[in-house]
Amino acid sequence: MKINVTVNDEQLEMEVGYDEFLVEALRRYGFNSVKRGCDTGCCGLCTIWINDQPTLSCSSLAVRANNQKITTIEGLQEEATDFAKVLVKEGAEQCGFCSPGFIMTILAMKRELKNPTEEEIIHYLTGNLCRCTGYLGQLRAVKKYMGVV
Amino acid sequence: MIKLFQIKNYAIPNTIEEAYQLLNEKRANTLLGGCGFLKMGKKTIPTAIDLSHLGLDKIKEDENAIEIGAMTSFRAVEVSSILNDHFDGILPRAVKEILGVQFRNVVTVGATVYSRYGFSDFITALLALDAYVILYKGGKIPLAAFLAQGCQKDILIKIVILKKNTRAAFHAMRNSQGDYAILNVAVSKENNEFKIAVGARPQRAMIAREASKLLGEGQLSEAMIEEVSILAAKELTFGSNMRGTKEYRQILCKALVKRGIKEVLS
Ligand SMILES: Cc1cc2nc3c(=O)[nH]c(=O)nc-3n(C[C@H](O)[C@H](O)[C@H](O)COP(=O)(O)OP(=O)(O)OC[C@H]3O[C@@H](n4cnc5c(N)ncnc54)[C@H](O)[C@@H]3O)c2cc1C
Ligand code: FES
Ligand code: FES
Repeated sequence: MKINVTVNDEQLEMEVGYDEFLVEALRRYGFNSVKRGCDTGCCGLCTIWINDQPTLSCSSLAVRANNQKITTIEGLQEEATDFAKVLVKEGAEQCGFCSPGFIMTILAMKRELKNPTEEEIIHYLTGNLCRCTGYLGQLRAVKKYMGVV
Repeated sequence: MIKLFQIKNYAIPNTIEEAYQLLNEKRANTLLGGCGFLKMGKKTIPTAIDLSHLGLDKIKEDENAIEIGAMTSFRAVEVSSILNDHFDGILPRAVKEILGVQFRNVVTVGATVYSRYGFSDFITALLALDAYVILYKGGKIPLAAFLAQGCQKDILIKIVILKKNTRAAFHAMRNSQGDYAILNVAVSKENNEFKIAVGARPQRAMIAREASKLLGEGQLSEAMIEEVSILAAKELTFGSNMRGTKEYRQILCKALVKRGIKEVLS
């Protein structure tokens, strides 16, 4: 089925299967920042934005993206780089596998929460698993980036 | 990659009647909620019926009731000012610990309630309120009756909750964040009437009727709260699974019921 999607502010016509999820479709069209992790909805690695809302691409049918707006890290390069610098400075990145999904959630949180508490930050990020860092360095970096330290 | 979940044909109906006709055309035709669970099953669907163009994703209120459309996401429940302003925000509280924001933006209210999952946090919270399920063919059914009986193949259109001056509390115990609850409890109080709902036993949520009744009749003392919590843990059945034993759940039930009662009395 053909769908028309705005991906990172550009109009795109995509040919997708009825049972294809966005993670597959977007990767097929070259948006390789979108990664598949658990494929069960638990890890947050595949997070993208649909209409500016952080959403799991592994659990969102591509067909449903017709006429919707999609954002991936490719469309947020500058902001992602700004945050990545803070992350690295805090020693909070190791293998980096979790980063694409993690950064998409952080950038969504930055738009949504003004002056969040540490508890609110942790709550917003519970859907993003990281198997390396132990989260403390990440939390330090996020707080710095959000300007709440 | 091996695909377990397969869709042969995709329909986006413009009316509920059309969706209902399609649903009943073939036994395996399937309604799509957020697909959180469907995608994990091994199912070949002749026609998938997408309900997302029917305007069923709204939370509305009038003088007497609040309505939650079947396609409302858990995230919309969590951030809804209407739901945060009523019943001590019990429904947002019940969904906010379910995995992460990006997951709650996917999964839907109608699929959850229709499927009557035993582990559901949302259903337990809803059961403590005066809630009704609105089905396209089956009409309006009290939630407790719907949970007890189920129904023929139908479409859940919305949930209706009567507005009352209800105090409510929700508590759940998890082995780790992101996991299913080992047990969840909702307690509500409307004047002298109490409801104690317990879910993830691991069976589906039920009201502890005797305990709820006793609480409404007695002196609200520490001793009475203790007695009611023991009764709730006694009258309900519990089971064991990988998350906890039946005995552990029974002990948890007592503790969480006590916590819930104290909260609605505070
Ligand atoms: C990894 C994971 C972890 C979870 N953890 C929790 C948890 O901790 N607590 C909790 O409460 N829940 C949890 N859930 C369940 C989740 O909250 C949803 O209840 C579940 O995913 C179903 O919602 P859905 O929109 O994804 O349904 P779908 O997968 O789309 O559908 C489920 C079923 O409902 C049917 N259906 C859909 N819409 C309707 C309708 N309007 N009328 C009739 N039938 C309909 C479908 O045909 C299907 O049979 C978890 C789910 C997953 C996948
Ligand atoms: S791959 Fe989507 S949540 Fe893990
Ligand atoms: S840095 Fe390795 S998973 Fe997060």
